[in-house]
Amino acid sequence: MSESAENRRTRSVPALFRRNAAQFGSEPAYREKEFGIWQCWTWAQVSAQVETLAKGLIDLGLDEGDFVAIVGRNRPDLYMSMVAVQMAGAVPVPLYQDAVADEMAWTLDHCGARFVIAGDQEQVDKVLEIQGKATTLETVIYLDPRGLRNYDHTRLHSYRSLLERGEKAGSAITDELERREAAIDSESICVILYTSGTTGRSKGVVLTHGNIISASRISAKFDKLGREDNVLAYMPMAWVGDFIFSIGQASWTGFCVNCPESADTMTTDLREIGPSYFFAPPRVLEHRLTEVMIRMEDAGRIKRGLFGYFMDHARRVGASILDRRPVGLLDRIKYALGEILIYGPLKNTLGYSRIRVGYTAGEAIGPDIFDFYRSLGINLKQLYGQTEASVFITYQPDNEVRSDTVGIAAPEVDLRVDEKGEVFYRCPGVFREYYRDPENTRATKDADGWVATGDAGFFEKKSGHLRIIDRAKDVGKLADGRMFAPKYVENKLKFYPSILEAVVFGLDREHCVAFINIDLAAVGSWAERGNIAYSSYQELAGHPQVLDRIQSHIEEVNAQLANDEMLGGCQIRRFLVLHKELDADDGELTRTRKVRRQVIGEKYGDLIEALYSERSRISTETEVTYEDGRKGSIAADLDLRDTKVVPAEDASPASGSPMPEGSRK
Amino acid sequence: MIHAATKGAEASGDSPLATDKAGDPILELRDISLSFGGVAAIKDVSFDILEGEIRAIIGPNGAGKSSILNVISGFYVPQEGRIVYRGARRPSLKPYQVARQGIARTFQSIALFEGMSVLDNVMTGRINHMRSGLLSQALWRGRAEREEVENRKFCEGIIDFLEIQHIRKTRVAQLPYGLKKRVELARALASEPKLLLLDEPMAGMSVEEKEDMCRFILYVNDEIGTTIALIEHDMGVVMDLSDRVVVMDYGRKIGDGSPDEIRNNQAVIDAYLGVVHD
Repeated sequence: MSESAENRRTRSVPALFRRNAAQFGSEPAYREKEFGIWQCWTWAQVSAQVETLAKGLIDLGLDEGDFVAIVGRNRPDLYMSMVAVQMAGAVPVPLYQDAVADEMAWTLDHCGARFVIAGDQEQVDKVLEIQGKATTLETVIYLDPRGLRNYDHTRLHSYRSLLERGEKAGSAITDELERREAAIDSESICVILYTSGTTGRSKGVVLTHGNIISASRISAKFDKLGREDNVLAYMPMAWVGDFIFSIGQASWTGFCVNCPESADTMTTDLREIGPSYFFAPPRVLEHRLTEVMIRMEDAGRIKRGLFGYFMDHARRVGASILDRRPVGLLDRIKYALGEILIYGPLKNTLGYSRIRVGYTAGEAIGPDIFDFYRSLGINLKQLYGQTEASVFITYQPDNEVRSDTVGIAAPEVDLRVDEKGEVFYRCPGVFREYYRDPENTRATKDADGWVATGDAGFFEKKSGHLRIIDRAKDVGKLADGRMFAPKYVENKLKFYPSILEAVVFGLDREHCVAFINIDLAAVGSWAERGNIAYSSYQELAGHPQVLDRIQSHIEEVNAQLANDEMLGGCQIRRFLVLHKELDADDGELTRTRKVRRQVIGEKYGDLIEALYSERSRISTETEVTYEDGRKGSIAADLDLRDTKVVPAEDASPASGSPMPEGSRK
Repeated sequence: MIHAATKGAEASGDSPLATDKAGDPILELRDISLSFGGVAAIKDVSFDILEGEIRAIIGPNGAGKSSILNVISGFYVPQEGRIVYRGARRPSLKPYQVARQGIARTFQSIALFEGMSVLDNVMTGRINHMRSGLLSQALWRGRAEREEVENRKFCEGIIDFLEIQHIRKTRVAQLPYGLKKRVELARALASEPKLLLLDEPMAGMSVEEKEDMCRFILYVNDEIGTTIALIEHDMGVVMDLSDRVVVMDYGRKIGDGSPDEIRNNQAVIDAYLGVVHD
């Protein structure tokens, strides 16, 4: 095969779909559980359906260069729609399915989408609601027809009717599709992904076919991904990671993407599929671990004893065995016995039996959570990535895995840290631009292709691994000039199961203070065991014993920080426990649950001032938005508490990770 | 809000009687009277249910609503009156014979097989669609196997429709009340009824569960085209869901018409709603 022919076959995602259909057409490409059975599409079927859809879209009037918004849960039909949109010369724009109508209107209007492909009635209703605001919107296509029968169908089309159009399409449309497909090269736009917007309005990241395919190629080679691998697609389709896994790497390697039946059946579906390549954000891993621990507490004494005994052993030698470090024969035998009795069945229950490569990313992961999975023999690693880089910037090679670094630069990625501590990178996956936003594009990406991550970090001297401290713009100074890195401290706090969210303030101030959100599940079950009565979240959050507990956590973190040369000044002097959970609907978190520091700072200004005063109690009232958009308010009296601060000079020896609590004792 | 979308037809046209979607009567009750010893539960009640509509029966406690439903489903045999089902007079039948004619129901107090899984419960709804003999079922060969596959397929469609996939293999006893109600609806639907009777489908539910249930009732009526007769206490639900309403009091029919008419009917207001809020 000549090189140019090979290039033609791999220059775009639709081309890769056709290549896969030609080379291994009878192998599974996508699966979805429906009606209780895993329904399968082979590469040949997928490729044919994509072509039919593309013809149908052209027949409906889709032009080259149009934008098509896609919103719904992970389903093969929606993935195929995205590729069909590309094949027809247009650009798919996947949206977060839990976005409220206003957010959706803004995005649709910004990219000027003429078409929307929606998963079900819920999404169609949102689109119809914002018709007036998104003026370019013309046609809506829906996948699940339930409840939509009596809707006005002048501009609404079912997915089935789209397929029928495609099947009936004549030669004119076939020729047109052929022409458009031939015009796609690696410089064409593959997708626009709107970032979740940690810092205000989201930005539309333009990624080309070249970006997506090179990122997929490099990462697939790094982890030796192949056709026999299986993934479970359950992360939002609008997230860059899902696009890379479920479309980029899937089309490059030909592995099979499995879609769960519904969000509620995720764990069952995971167990049935047993993916070999898996991604989970830290909070999912943490949640699964908590589930296991709660179930173990209800188990009989013998089981509980066995579990405790072998988990202790795993914690001691499991990670070493996984990393192929020398481990004594007796310990190996004991571990093998544990594998039969505990680790194997546990991994099977979790659906993690066949994981060859597992990644976690997005935020810092608690060391005890990370170690738990690794000690079971699951090859869980961390990566550091961004939408702007088509995900991969650094990842951890096998055998060099640790919970506090994000690894080394991925192949073909150049990495540097500037004098202020901000991390920059350059790689083949680097985005072209922010759509219709040259100002931000210039601010982020320079003429040589270096992209500012906005994260502050440093290379560890010994290992050469990158460590990320915080968002660069959040790293500042206290009034006395010492370094202030709120997220670093917040993450340390969030490793405690009782603490769901923490927000630390202190920029240009004398010292740091913190807002805490308790984790209702963890604190609730702790309260139950301790016979602490409560009737609401608010009451539990204000309970003196809960405050005592949170205070002891903060004081432990203070003691750890005192040991850190750079961050000793970030110890927390005073704190309060918020009366409501921070929520994305109130704009306090992003849709990916990252804290919006500024919004919170403004909204709760009175509380911050109170923390910097001498007061020990404050009453406050906060506006809340309910899921259906109604607004209400919550009033509360909050206790403000002082915490012990450890002077840097007489700090106690390093205590490492926080003591696991409750069930993990 | 959901109703505005799916029931747009009614909202626009203010036709006093049935809606354009409803067809001929599927069931007519003529001069039905039922008494238990000296207690008259139903006195001289006549009304009809049109094909494709949602018909609500409301009334204060003890008004005879459940008795009406029990008469329709064959649990009670009225002393007087006639039942005309799909154009022909129905003789007095046993409940299982009524079920075979295509009338399914759910119960005020849940009547599921608690020890069985959700799927098995729904499958029992297919009993009237199974023809294979005991032997072939025991051996699991030929017809029995084919039938089970077909019926399972049908039931999975309903499980998908009512969004209960995640509890498919869960024992009914472990489910919360709201989900049990939904499973009961699934079992009733599995028999592919022409007429579905729901006895207080939303009693004891939280607001969210009620909204879900409303959505499913509308879906069933809309997508499958099943005619539905329901008893319900929640006025908001009744007025939003139903096409026509029958009002009962002390065993008599005191009102019959569209939700708007019922809302403005003085006899109904006096007997049932009590106070005018406007």
